[in-house]
Amino acid sequence: MKLRKKIPLIDQHDKHGFWGGKFGGSFIPETLKKPVEDLTIEFQKLRKDKRFIKKRDFYFKNYIGSPTSFIKLENLTNHLGGAQIWAKVVSEANGGAHKIYNATVHALICKAMGKKYIVGDTGAGYAGKMLSMAAKKFGLKCKIFMGAKDIKRQKPNCDAMRKNGAEIIPVFSGSQTLVDAVSECMRYWVSNCDNTHMCVGSTVGPNIFVKICGWSTAQISRELKEQLKSKFKNIPNKIKLINCVGGGSSAYGFWSEFIDYDKKQIELIGVEAGGPKKSSLHAAPLSRGAKLGILHGAAAYCCQDNEGQIKETESISAGLDYPSVSPIHCFLKDTKRARYTYATDEDALNAYQLVTKLEDLNPSLEPCHAFAETIKIAPKLSKDTIIIVNSCGDAKKDQDILKQRLGKK
Amino acid sequence: MTSSLINKVFKSSRKENRPTLLTYTVAGDNTKKKSLEILKSISNYADICELGFPHNTPIADGGQIQTSAYRAIKNGIKINDVFSIAKDFKKSKENKPIILMGYYNMIFQYNENKFLEKCKKVKIDGLIVVDLPYPENKKLSVKCKKKGINFIQLVSPTTSRLRLKKIIKDSHDMIYYISMLSTTGGKLKVSSKKIMGRYNKIKNQNKSKNVVIGFGITKKTIKSLKKADGLVVGSAICKEISRSIEKRQNIVKNVTNIVKGLKKEII
Repeated sequence: MKLRKKIPLIDQHDKHGFWGGKFGGSFIPETLKKPVEDLTIEFQKLRKDKRFIKKRDFYFKNYIGSPTSFIKLENLTNHLGGAQIWAKVVSEANGGAHKIYNATVHALICKAMGKKYIVGDTGAGYAGKMLSMAAKKFGLKCKIFMGAKDIKRQKPNCDAMRKNGAEIIPVFSGSQTLVDAVSECMRYWVSNCDNTHMCVGSTVGPNIFVKICGWSTAQISRELKEQLKSKFKNIPNKIKLINCVGGGSSAYGFWSEFIDYDKKQIELIGVEAGGPKKSSLHAAPLSRGAKLGILHGAAAYCCQDNEGQIKETESISAGLDYPSVSPIHCFLKDTKRARYTYATDEDALNAYQLVTKLEDLNPSLEPCHAFAETIKIAPKLSKDTIIIVNSCGDAKKDQDILKQRLGKK
Repeated sequence: MTSSLINKVFKSSRKENRPTLLTYTVAGDNTKKKSLEILKSISNYADICELGFPHNTPIADGGQIQTSAYRAIKNGIKINDVFSIAKDFKKSKENKPIILMGYYNMIFQYNENKFLEKCKKVKIDGLIVVDLPYPENKKLSVKCKKKGINFIQLVSPTTSRLRLKKIIKDSHDMIYYISMLSTTGGKLKVSSKKIMGRYNKIKNQNKSKNVVIGFGITKKTIKSLKKADGLVVGSAICKEISRSIEKRQNIVKNVTNIVKGLKKEII
C-alpha cells in the first residue's frame, strides 16, 4: 500500500473506488447505483469546468469569507513553554465551522443537476446548519436528518436550521446519534433519488461523497500553504498539523496540500474521540484498533462486534461521535503518513478551559480534542517546532454542555 | 443450475398458473424458537422463504423490518443461530427453498468463504446481499455458483438498460425486481400497470430467468401483480409480528393467517 505524489489523495483510488485496494468503495443498494453514477459523472465534469471553479471560488470568498485567519497563540505557547502554537481559525467561516465548504459545494452541484431538493445528515448540527444555510442561499428545499439525542444536546444549531427554513427530521432508531441519522438520510435518498440530491456531511459514505467533501474542504490547506509562505517566507522545517477526526473532513481539508511533504518535515496528527475516561465506549476506530468493516457504503475501520454489528459510540462531542471514519484516513494510517491518537472527554474539557482562559478563541469540543493533544506534546518539543491546530468549529453550539460540565457559559 | 430447487418451485407454480409466493421474515424475530415455528408454519402456504440475518444498520430497510431486526438482535440472535434456524427448517421441509438475505458487513466479518461453506452445509438455496450491487458482487456470485447456491441479483427502476442486460447475463435462476424507489415496506407509489410494464421488459430479455417483484406488496396490492413469476412479501409480515406481540396474541397463528390470505389472492 503506497501513497502517490502529485495526485490529490481523493483521486488515488482504483476503478472500484478503493483506496489502498481495500478502503472505500461503494456498497450501496441497487436503486442508488444510478444516482451515484450520475453524481460521479457530474462532479467529474464540474471540477474541470472553469466557470464552476470560478463560481466556487466566488462563494468561498464572498459568502464563506475565505481566507480564515492564521494566528499565533502567544499565551498558550508561553504557558506550555515548548513548541510554537498556531491556529488556523476555520471557525471564522460563515456559520462557524468548516462544514460550510462541503455544504456550499453540494448546493452548487444540486443546482447544476437541476434538482430542487437537498437532504443531509448531521451530528453536531454544523453539517445540518450549513446545509440549511446553503440551501436558503441557493433557493433549495432542505431536510436534515438528526439523531434525537443530538437534537437535545446541540440545540443552538437546531434553532439555526429551523430559522433557515430547513425541516429537521428526528431519528429515533438505534443510538439516536449521527450513525442513525446517516442511515435514515440514505434511506430517504433511496426513496426520493429522482428529484433529491443527498449531501453526506463528511468524508464518509460511498466513494463519490468522500471525494466531493474532500475536494471542498481542501480549501483550508490551500489557504494555509499561502499563509505559511507569507508568515515564514518558506514552509518551515518542523511542522505538526493537529486536527480532530470524526468522519475526517476537516482533517483531510487541513492536510491535503501537505501530504506530499516528508513526514519528518510536516507531521500529520489526527485526534479521535476517546469518550469518557471511565467508559469502554469511544468513537476512535483508528487509534483504538477497530477492524475493517462496511458502514454507510464504505469499507473503513469501524467500531463493531465480531458479528459485524455496529457498536454504540460515546463522546462529549457530537461531531466526532461516529463509529467509522473516512477511508482516506484509513489509507493515511496504513501508509503511516498520518499518526492517529485520541483524547478523552475530560481531556477535551480541560483543553477548552485552558485555551479559552489564555486566548481570545472559543473552540468547540471537536477541535478541543486536537488542543488536548497539543497541550500534551508541546512542552516536550523544541521552540522551532510549529504546531498548527485546526480550530474548525466554534463553541457556541456547545454552550449547554459546557454549562452543565463546567458550570459556566 | 437448471435443476435447482428454486427453479423447480417456479416451474410447479407456473403449472398451477399462479405466481410463486415468497415470504421474508427476520431470523430470531422475536426469538430463535419462535422464528423457526413461524417459518415452518407459513411455509405451508409460501413457496420460498427468505430469511433475513438481522443487522443493526440496515440502510435499505423501512420501519417494519428495522423493528424486527432490532428485536432479534436484542434477543441475542447471532449468525450461527440464523444458520441453525435454517438447518432445522430444511430438516423438516427439505423441498422448500430458503434464501438468506442481509448486509455485506456480516458476511465479510464471518469470512466470505466460511459463510458460503456454512450455507452449503445447511442447504441454503439462495443468497441476497442488499448492499453489494453488480458488478462488485461478481466474485461472490461466482463463488456461490460453485457451491450450488443461487446468487440473486437485484434490479430497480433506476437500473439502466445497458446495466440491466449485463446483470441478467450474469444472473442465476432468479432476479429480484424492486418495484419502486423506496426502502422496504413503503406504500406502493407506482401503478401496478407501470410495475408490470417494467417487469415485462426485464422478463423479455431472458425468459428462462425467474423474475420476482418485491417492495410495497400487501394483501391489497398483490392481486394486481399476479402475472409476475413471483411476489415477495416482507414488511406486511413483520408488521403482523409486531402487532401480535403488542396485542399479546398468538404470533404464529396470526402470521400464518396473513400468508394464507396472501396466497388466496393469487390462486
